[in-house]
Amino acid sequence: MTRGLLGIENLDRAEIEAYLERAKFFQAHGEGQFKKLDTLRGKTLVNLFFENSTRTRTSFEIAAKRLGADTISISSSGSSTSKGESLVDTLNTLAAMRPHAIVMRHAASGAPHFLARHLEMPIINAGDGLHEHPTQALLDALTILDYKPKLEGLRVAIIGDIVHSRVARSNVYLLSKFGAGVVLCGPAPLLPPALGQLTNNVTLTHDIREAIAGADVIMMLRVQLERQHETPFPPGDYFRFYGLRPDHLNLCKPDAIVMHPGPINRGREISSEVADSKHSVILNQVENGVAIRMAVLERVMG
Amino acid sequence: MSRIVLKNGRVMDPASGHDGVADVLIADGKIAAIGANLEAPEAFDATGLIVAPGFIDMHVHLREPGFEHSETIETGGRAAAAGGFTSVCCMPNTNPVNDSAVVTTYIIERARRVSPVNVYPIGAITKGSAGEELAAIGAMKQAGIVAISDDGRPVMNARVMRRAMETAKSFGLPVINHCEDLNLSAGGDMHEGFESVKLGLRGIPACSEDVMVARDILLAEVTGARYHVAHISARHSVEMVRFAKARGLPVTSEVCPHHFTLCDSDIVPYDSNFKMKPPLRSCFDVQAVTEGLATGAIDVIATDHAPHPGSEKMQEFERCPFGINGLETAIGLSLEQLVHTGRISLMTMIAMFTIKPNAVLNLGKGRLAAGETADVTLFDTDRAWNYDLNKSQSKSRNSPFHGRPFRGGQVATIVNGEFVWRLDR
Repeated sequence: MTRGLLGIENLDRAEIEAYLERAKFFQAHGEGQFKKLDTLRGKTLVNLFFENSTRTRTSFEIAAKRLGADTISISSSGSSTSKGESLVDTLNTLAAMRPHAIVMRHAASGAPHFLARHLEMPIINAGDGLHEHPTQALLDALTILDYKPKLEGLRVAIIGDIVHSRVARSNVYLLSKFGAGVVLCGPAPLLPPALGQLTNNVTLTHDIREAIAGADVIMMLRVQLERQHETPFPPGDYFRFYGLRPDHLNLCKPDAIVMHPGPINRGREISSEVADSKHSVILNQVENGVAIRMAVLERVMG
Repeated sequence: MSRIVLKNGRVMDPASGHDGVADVLIADGKIAAIGANLEAPEAFDATGLIVAPGFIDMHVHLREPGFEHSETIETGGRAAAAGGFTSVCCMPNTNPVNDSAVVTTYIIERARRVSPVNVYPIGAITKGSAGEELAAIGAMKQAGIVAISDDGRPVMNARVMRRAMETAKSFGLPVINHCEDLNLSAGGDMHEGFESVKLGLRGIPACSEDVMVARDILLAEVTGARYHVAHISARHSVEMVRFAKARGLPVTSEVCPHHFTLCDSDIVPYDSNFKMKPPLRSCFDVQAVTEGLATGAIDVIATDHAPHPGSEKMQEFERCPFGINGLETAIGLSLEQLVHTGRISLMTMIAMFTIKPNAVLNLGKGRLAAGETADVTLFDTDRAWNYDLNKSQSKSRNSPFHGRPFRGGQVATIVNGEFVWRLDR
């Protein structure tokens, strides 16, 4: 295995804390006018996105540039994979040009893990299929810690299309390592019982009101229509049963925060009023994404 | 033709129950005699070896015609010989599909020329294995098929399956089904359970197998057809086969060595050498199929040898084709999991590779007695060896058992009185 970042599952608390500490430094450094650093000057980062992404790719690019690295971004439609080249060959070709790390997003679960077994190059997982999205979980933890003194003892509700969510899995692993309790909530076909065994800190419910009751943090997830082979839940019923509305906020802690990894679908999983309310920290998450990715790039490439 | 004697081996023949040290004299391709102090110009020292009837693998994919980059009748035949098999039955999912007498005849003629082992084709149930219109079952029977199956593309339409069973019965053929409800398994890459949820891979639920086994058993009762469940893997399916047998139905089943050896939590994450259909199931299913072997619900061990070239298996897990090689590790895994553990006797294991598949298919094989064709499998039960995939006779290299240490395995293979493979000793 390389020294990249493939997932949260196999990180220990110290490693996660190191990322968060360093990101806090970059957060502070970023206030006001950002002064470009030269930590990674002369180093090259390749952003390889086999799946559409605006925020994650931009976030990695900005993070790399703020550290002084050169970045190249490739999306699958512009690469030779559309000409029938295999993933291994594509990565070998890129590796032969000696970049210092590759950030990769791919629709197939485990694609970066598979590559890491065959390549020396450090790989940073920017989301693999339904599996993990480690930098999202890190930036979510950083955001929670902007509002809460510590993760331990928090009640975190994650609501939506859980089975198709890499964000949910990475967050479950991270939050559990720090002693937060996680409630996963969604329609039955999107919440298989096995999810309850991911860690010892997870409970499941199909009732959004039960999930939210007493919550410190509410994370809403997008319904990943593109990952479903079917319509597992009547679309018209989704918002009625699993959309987050203002009246729900009477059930959680008064100082609860509402998060969403984006892109948000107003009126599908979250009402506009909630998305724009004082509870919402959605834009803070985006901002923190840059700080976290700086910390990750510095550690992997530095 | 030559005369050869296998000296001093432990001769085990499940058909007769014979089990004792003896010499086996082979002359003109037949077993001439079994007894003490037999002599011939050529002698093979079988001291310490088991001398068994030639092993039959009733479920392999030889890929020819159409997919010769994966395997051919010649290379697959060599892999079979190197695995201790003297006969194999090849599934019809070639290109073209074996759904006509022409393709059947091609396979038989080709095998006669290039394969070191006996090759018995299995014909398709439906044209192109498309599941709609019955294939030329009678003509294929006349050309030499021994069963029908749409392996890999199960017949989803129950009415078509019923008609196929009726037709197969009238021609005296068994119906073999790869049991998988394709609606339930759609998009799946591994067994549905905790491991699939953790890895973020889509699941193939055990119930996708169970519902089709249930349907087919009911149809077998309606039609009176001989029905055989291919590569059984799920515990409820095993229970239902047990139920069918208890009702006196002519229902049989087979299991693959990987399904009684590995469970889903043994999968090296995203390593496609662990990807096959049916998928590696839960440890409870592994336990159930192992018990099914011991208690008679499962009759046969078959490999589902499914070669794919490295270029196809070196991909993202969800893009890789299903299937692993199995011919060369079947005896080793069976000894390891079933005999050395005391779950079944050595004689029972031999039966599952010989008279049991023969009973399903009526090949006229599977016995070791004077007058029989000299198809003989020689193996030992204690030699330590490691499986080296790089030395495989198969054209492909997809196996999760590369480097695995074994205790006991095949030593020599004799077809029609001739050695077709011998271990370098």
